[in-house]
Amino acid sequence: MAILDKHKILETNATLLLVFSFLVVTIGGIVQIAPLFYLENTIEKVEGMRPYTPLELAGREIYIREGCYVCHSQMIRPMRDEVERYGHYSLAAESMYDHPFQWGSKRTGPDLARVGGRYSDDWHVDHLRNPEAVVPESVMPKYAFLEDTRIDGKYIEDLMRTHAFVGVPYSDEMLDNAQADFLAQADPDSDYDGLLERYGDKVNVRNFDGQAGISETDALVAYLQMLGTLVDFSTFTPDASR
Amino acid sequence: MTTPTDKKLPGDPDTTGHSWDGIEEFNNPLPKWWLYTFYLCIIWAIGYTIAYPAWPMVNSATAGLLGWSSRGEVNAEMEAAEAANAEINARLASVELTEIAADPDLNSYANNAGAAVFRTWCAQCHGSGAAGVQASGYPNLLDDDWLWGGDIENIYYTVAHGIRNEDDDDARYSEMPAFGELLEPEEINGVVNYVMTLSGGEAQDPSAVEAGAEVYADNCSVCHGDNGEGDVFQGAPNLADAIWLYGGDYDTLVETVTYSRYGVMPNWNSRLTEAQIRAVATYVHQLGGGT
Repeated sequence: MAILDKHKILETNATLLLVFSFLVVTIGGIVQIAPLFYLENTIEKVEGMRPYTPLELAGREIYIREGCYVCHSQMIRPMRDEVERYGHYSLAAESMYDHPFQWGSKRTGPDLARVGGRYSDDWHVDHLRNPEAVVPESVMPKYAFLEDTRIDGKYIEDLMRTHAFVGVPYSDEMLDNAQADFLAQADPDSDYDGLLERYGDKVNVRNFDGQAGISETDALVAYLQMLGTLVDFSTFTPDASR
Repeated sequence: MTTPTDKKLPGDPDTTGHSWDGIEEFNNPLPKWWLYTFYLCIIWAIGYTIAYPAWPMVNSATAGLLGWSSRGEVNAEMEAAEAANAEINARLASVELTEIAADPDLNSYANNAGAAVFRTWCAQCHGSGAAGVQASGYPNLLDDDWLWGGDIENIYYTVAHGIRNEDDDDARYSEMPAFGELLEPEEINGVVNYVMTLSGGEAQDPSAVEAGAEVYADNCSVCHGDNGEGDVFQGAPNLADAIWLYGGDYDTLVETVTYSRYGVMPNWNSRLTEAQIRAVATYVHQLGGGT
């Protein structure tokens, strides 16, 4: 047991102890984390995923800023009760462009992973303005002020470049047209062909809050209305063995 | 390390041999129950990693002898639940809608399943008690006042196809004009005052009622009826029953007439199964449905 007797050297030498501690933690980290990058069930390919449009991305920032994730998860676990209530269980690939992801671990409110298209825009506006007006038992705070805050997407390109830097595949064309796409999505009278060409035909182009101009409510509802809608589960069946 | 001192008393166990600043440590053996539990846990863990998915390999983790997966489990649970109700769901989906209520088994099943569907998909707008939200125009389903008809077949059609949505070509559709563009403010004032009297209420300005009656006859009676009785074939609300979709006070009525309303309901035939739609229609029908 000669090697065990050597522990005194480590125990009496703080720097050496630190170096070896890092070594042990690194090995543990590699064993736990590294397989996630090559195991097939964590890098499952799915059809339909696309990066967020500029307006949706702005809405996502508001979602994070307001701390929505504190009460709402975005992760439907593979359990019957969740699948029956919220829809198909979430796939890892559905969060592939999320920086940071919004899976969450606390549900004071319902899961929002597939809230997109479930309610009308009007409902979302009513509900954000005063949740208790439509759901009397709700404990959600009021977010009416989002309607009064106008946004113009001035810095959305910078934000998209940051996301591109960490791996979201925004093309140069998407980046160059960031603000134009931002403005087009909330205005059905605009020329939004370019937006659809870049992000797909399924992008919702509507005046989400029903008021002139683009408010934070527009962006947030645009984000909420696309959540979980990208993968078409009528044509895509995930491998059940994973 | 200093040499072990002689602080040890007779009968004390051996020390570990360490002495830090004169402090020594007894080398007590671990309690047997603890030690064996520990060994048992190790054996259990080894068995577990053989039976269940565990070790990461090149492209996937070891599958485990039991072949368990979280996705497989949820699929199996869903299938088992579906199979358990397959027979009664098939019956529910195939019988005449009007016969559901007459069959006690089917009626009981449809009401319970329908209540679950309602709480999951409908309660957000119509309220968990189905009383609706008047301020936002989400209809109350408890009263026997129906925009598009309250018999089981009409409720079924409304649930399946929805109202004024863009996703189902068979959705119920009608559109009240925004009379702000067609009538003068004075005329709107008159017709609103007249409408307030239709259900036995008092007009805000009784002197305007007479003129309003004329405006009503020219513009509103085609859909809402000569006496405000409404028309379920085009979803025109009954104006004579003192039940209001958006509110019956003067200001709300002026807003309704001026800008019109355009309540939307999704079509549920793309999200729910036939049996689920029939179940929730049965549930809603027994809440406040008519014949």
